[in-house]
Order: sequence, then structure tokens, then C-alpha cells
Amino acid sequence: MDREKPELNEERRTFIKKVLKGTIAGSLLLVIPLRADDLETSEQIPEHIPEQIPGIRGSEYDMSRHRFVFIVDITRCIGCGSCCVADKREYNVPDGNYRTWVERYIKDIDENIYVDCPNGGLDGYQKPREDIDRPVRDTFFVPKLCNMCEDPSCVQVCPVGATFRSPDGFVLIDSERCIGCAYCIQACPYSVRFLNPVTHTAEKCSWCYHRVRRGLLPVCVHVCPAKARKFGDLNDKESEVYKILSGPGVITVLKRDMGNSPSLYYKGARREVI
Amino acid sequence: MNAAHENAITILTNYVFPNDLHVHWSMMIALYPYITGIVAGAFIVSSLYHVFGVKSLKPISRFSLLFALAFLTCATLPLLFHLGRPERNFNIMLTPNPSSAMAGFGYIYMLYGVVLLLEVLFIYRPTLVYLRKKSQGLMEMIYRALTFDSTNLSPESLELDRKIISFLAAIGIPMACVLHGYVGFIFGGIKANPTWATPLMPVIFLLSACVSGVAGIILVYILIKTFTNKPADTDCVRTCTNYLAGFFILDFVFEMLEVLSHSYLRTAHYHAVDELLNGPLYNSFWIGQVGILSVIPLILLGWLCLTRVNDTLFKIGASLVSFMLLLQVVFMRWNVVIGGQLISKSARGFTVFHPEWFDKEGILTAIVLMCAPLVVLFVISRIFPFWMEEMDEG
Ligand code: SF4
Ligand code: SF4
Repeated sequence: MDREKPELNEERRTFIKKVLKGTIAGSLLLVIPLRADDLETSEQIPEHIPEQIPGIRGSEYDMSRHRFVFIVDITRCIGCGSCCVADKREYNVPDGNYRTWVERYIKDIDENIYVDCPNGGLDGYQKPREDIDRPVRDTFFVPKLCNMCEDPSCVQVCPVGATFRSPDGFVLIDSERCIGCAYCIQACPYSVRFLNPVTHTAEKCSWCYHRVRRGLLPVCVHVCPAKARKFGDLNDKESEVYKILSGPGVITVLKRDMGNSPSLYYKGARREVI
Repeated sequence: MNAAHENAITILTNYVFPNDLHVHWSMMIALYPYITGIVAGAFIVSSLYHVFGVKSLKPISRFSLLFALAFLTCATLPLLFHLGRPERNFNIMLTPNPSSAMAGFGYIYMLYGVVLLLEVLFIYRPTLVYLRKKSQGLMEMIYRALTFDSTNLSPESLELDRKIISFLAAIGIPMACVLHGYVGFIFGGIKANPTWATPLMPVIFLLSACVSGVAGIILVYILIKTFTNKPADTDCVRTCTNYLAGFFILDFVFEMLEVLSHSYLRTAHYHAVDELLNGPLYNSFWIGQVGILSVIPLILLGWLCLTRVNDTLFKIGASLVSFMLLLQVVFMRWNVVIGGQLISKSARGFTVFHPEWFDKEGILTAIVLMCAPLVVLFVISRIFPFWMEEMDEG
């Protein structure tokens, strides 16, 4: 639902432009510095960088026409941690803080659940857990990131309006306005936020907004070798995400009772996943 | 799956979300409601006299206002120490987000400050006019400024003052309640945290504010009187102690009601709270806050208020109870603010909090910030005489 007022959009747009202009540096794939102005006429993106999200380049970007969603397919994730590494590099995330992470769930024969996430999954899960003495029945990996809630608690509580939701479905942070009160960190039910120890402002996963606006997939989606992370525009009936969400598969969201209405969906998540 | 089973799982896994390992709201945020609580509580004591006409509180009616003012001047300091970008603090007032519980703080705080200051100035006006005549140089200038250069003490103007004072004291009460109930709401409004998300939070904060305010006044009043070798007004101390007992009974009842209703409802939330209170917080909650610092003071208060205790013993007892209750509120703030954050939102484990001595938000800062209002109080006492009787003597 589009709850933003049009006059706000102007402001948001200028802000987003600013972000795109410089604060977020190049990406794994894209090293050529782009300026926000280039985005408006996105034909200027070099030819050899293939478009990953159709319908963005070559036309004026209209925020209200898109509705981006993210799908994590738990049945596909192999726990390699590539996404975490890519994310850390993309944003230069300080050690000990995580914009995205991958959890390992283990279920033993007595239905006990063991969860761990050493170093946020950055090193991948190369060795089995050794502290479980019961026979293991099942094991799976759960990638986590910002849920881009439709009714985000973080936006609700931010006292200065530094965290906001844009009409295309992104919850973003204006780090030039954030006062670092950490109220949003308390309010986010999914603990995806942290206070950046260098800038002292709040930070979290942005679904790589700067890449999406250039027609590129979020970097974690791009690098995932198992296609466990999927991203796309729900308003595009041809997109994979549209097909998955309108298909027969069982799709859930995390902590539904919180009432945040996430735009991050999970395919194949067990009930033990929190 | 039954509860015991779930508990076992939690203990086995102790999985904390990676971003939850760090406790983001540390001691400064525990201190901030403590200080505003004392402000609200002290103000209510003075209102008991100025609005509700509790005559026996007259000796401390002025003192409690100044006490509130001294703490109010320091209430924002812990917040500034806490903010990642303190230099941007004015953004809260320049671009407030109406849906944020925190955004109103600046405005409420300022408004309340203005009301409190005006009330002090009007109540003290005759005194200040008198002092102005007696003093010279810098002090004369200060008094001149504080009386807005008016020396009019005619019966009509005093009558007008009286009306203004009643009005200010009357609007001051709801404002004091808002100031502190609102602080409770900052926590109570966080649905993601099972120990905070309760409508009782503002009520508990408000009542504990009254407790800490009254207790602070009793303790500091008796201490000042003892050190200046003047007798403390027994009647006043007794009345204060009765109010303290009343507020504390209510406060304790609500604190327990909160735990009780959680444990009776047995929602998913409860299991997290239950494990927290019986796990990492067992010592600071059950033994500290409830056992030593609530049950014992309750017994002491019963003894002081219901039996005939002689004056000297009463004052010792009242000081002791006040001291314990001041600590009780510290423990309560700690258990709510820090304790609440120990639960990881993974609902599978707890993090730990290690206070640092020399951190920006560390123990040393906390001690300094707790002493700051007392220093301010001392400075204020050089300008505004605390006690009526000194004036009468003068
Ligand atoms: S997951 Fe947390 S940070 Fe992301 S939009 Fe929802 S509430 Fe905000
Ligand atoms: S830390 Fe920044 S973004 Fe988060 S609530 Fe405070 S001001 Fe808003």
C-alpha cells in the first residue's frame, strides 16, 4: 500500500539521489563509479554490464510502479556464506555487525533444535557441529536479512524520521539525519539493525537499493550459487518472484504475529525458524 | 511441545542473533528514567502541599521544587552521552517524527522545565525581592533578573501570584505524570521486546518515579538537616513516609501484577520473560529488587507507619527505608532497561552485559551524572534558600 505523501517523495528522491551519488561505493560487479544523474537516464550504464532486473533501465524510474519482494528458499541454501562475504565487501561492514547472516539449524532425533551462526556465517559451514551427541535427523540453513516490512517498527519509532519507507518497498536510513539513538534497533523484531561503530549511526540491509535502481540484483542474490535468494518486482507478472508467490508452494514470513507484514518471504521454512 | 521442553531447548542452544550480542541501550538509558523519575516524584511532593493543601509538608514544599529543578537540569545529560551523534540532538525537535514515542521528549521536557522554573520563580518572588534588597553586586543582579526587576509586593500582586502558582502547580501535576509515564511508554511501546511490551509499563514507571522522588527528598532532607545541625520537622518526615508507603505499595503491586499476569497467561512471551527472570536476572530481580529492596522496606514501612516509633528512631528508619527504596528503583530500572535487552529476539538465548568503568557510557560516567544534580542543588541553594524558617529568622 502506498502510504507516502507525494510531497515527501520529492524529499526522499533527493535523498536517495544523494545516497546513490557517493555514500555507497562501487560493488563487486560494478566498479565504474556512477552518479545519480546517470540513473535517471540509465542508458548511460555501460553495455557490457547486463541488466538483471528487467524494466528498470531505459525509462524514467517511477517508485510507485514497483513492488519489490525478496524470497529465501531454505530448501536450496547450502550454507556456503558467499552472500555474507559479498555483503560485507559491498558495504564494508565492520566486524561483529551483520547486514545479513546465515543460521544453521540442526534437529536431533528427539526434536531438539540447535541453532548457531558462528561469525554470522561468513566462513561458511565447512564442518559439522561436534557438540551434539544425539543422532541428527535434519539440518538446514536460514539466511536472514532486512524484512523490508510494510508496516515497519523501525520507521514508526525513529524520532527524527531518519528511517523511512519508500513507495517501491524499501526501508532505508538517511545516515546524515540519524542521531544514533538506537531506538530502531530495539524496535526491529528481526534484529537486523546495528549501530555502525565508525559512523555511529544506524545501519541495516538495504536490499542493495543502489544496485536495484541500476537494474542490478542485490549483491547477495547475484552471488548465491544455489539460487536460494531471489529478488524481483511483484508487479512484473513475468518475474520469478511473482511466479513463486502466486504458485502453490508453501510460503511463510518470519514472526507473523508481530504484524509487520514483511516483504521478505521464506520458502520451505520449518515452524522452528524464528 | 510443553514449556519445560522448550526451556530445555533454549538452554541447549543459547542462540543469540548476531546483532543482539551487543546491548545497545546501556547504563545511560537506565539512568535517564531514574533521573526524570526523581524529578516527577519530587514535583508531586511539592504539589501535595501547593495543590492538595497537605499542610504538614510545608517545610519541604519549596525544597522539593528545587530538588526537582536540580535533577531536571541534568535529565538530558545521560541521553547526550548515549546518542551516537549527540551533535544532531536538535533534530528531535527540528524534524520530529510524529509516530515515534521518543520524538515528543524534547517538547515535553522543555515545557515541563518552563512550568517548573516559573513555579519556582513565583513561589520565591517575595523571598527574592527581599533578598535583592539585602544583597549587592552580582547577587543583586541575579535577584533582579530572577524577579524580572519587579519589587511589587502589594496584596493584589501577591494574590495574583497565588493564583498563578496554583495554576502552574495544577498543570504541573499532569505534566509530571506525562513526563514520566511517557518515559515508560518509550519502553512499553516496543512490541519486539517481550519484557517491555506491556501497557502497565507507564504505570509502573510513574509509580516508581513517585517512590524515588519522595524517598530522595526524605533522605536528602534528613541528611541536610543532620549535617547543618538543625532539627528535621518530624511531622513532615512522618507525612512524607506515609506517602512513600502509599506510593510504594502501589508500585510494588503493579510490578508484581505484571509478572503474575505474564506467568498466568503463559503466552509465548511469558516463556521468554520467565527464563529471563529466573535465569540471568534471578539475583538482581528476585533477590535484589524484590527480596531485599522491596519486602524488607515494606516491613520497615509497616513498622514506621503503623506503630508508635519515637522521633529519633523514626528518622533513622525513614532514612534507611528511603535509601533502600532509592536503590530499589535503581534495580528496577536496571532490570527493565538492561535486563530486557538480554533476551535475544531469537527467543533462544540471552546475551550478557558487562558494564565498563571508563566507557563513554560507563560506570564512572554514571556516578558523575548521579552526583551532578546534587552539585546543581548546592548551587541553587546559594540563590534560593531552601527553608522557610531561615527566612522567618531573617
Ligand atoms: S526487518 Fe526490521 S529493520 Fe527491516 S523494515 Fe522490518 S522492522 Fe525495519
Ligand atoms: S538510531 Fe537513527 S535511524 Fe534509528 S531510530 Fe535513532 S535516529 Fe532513527
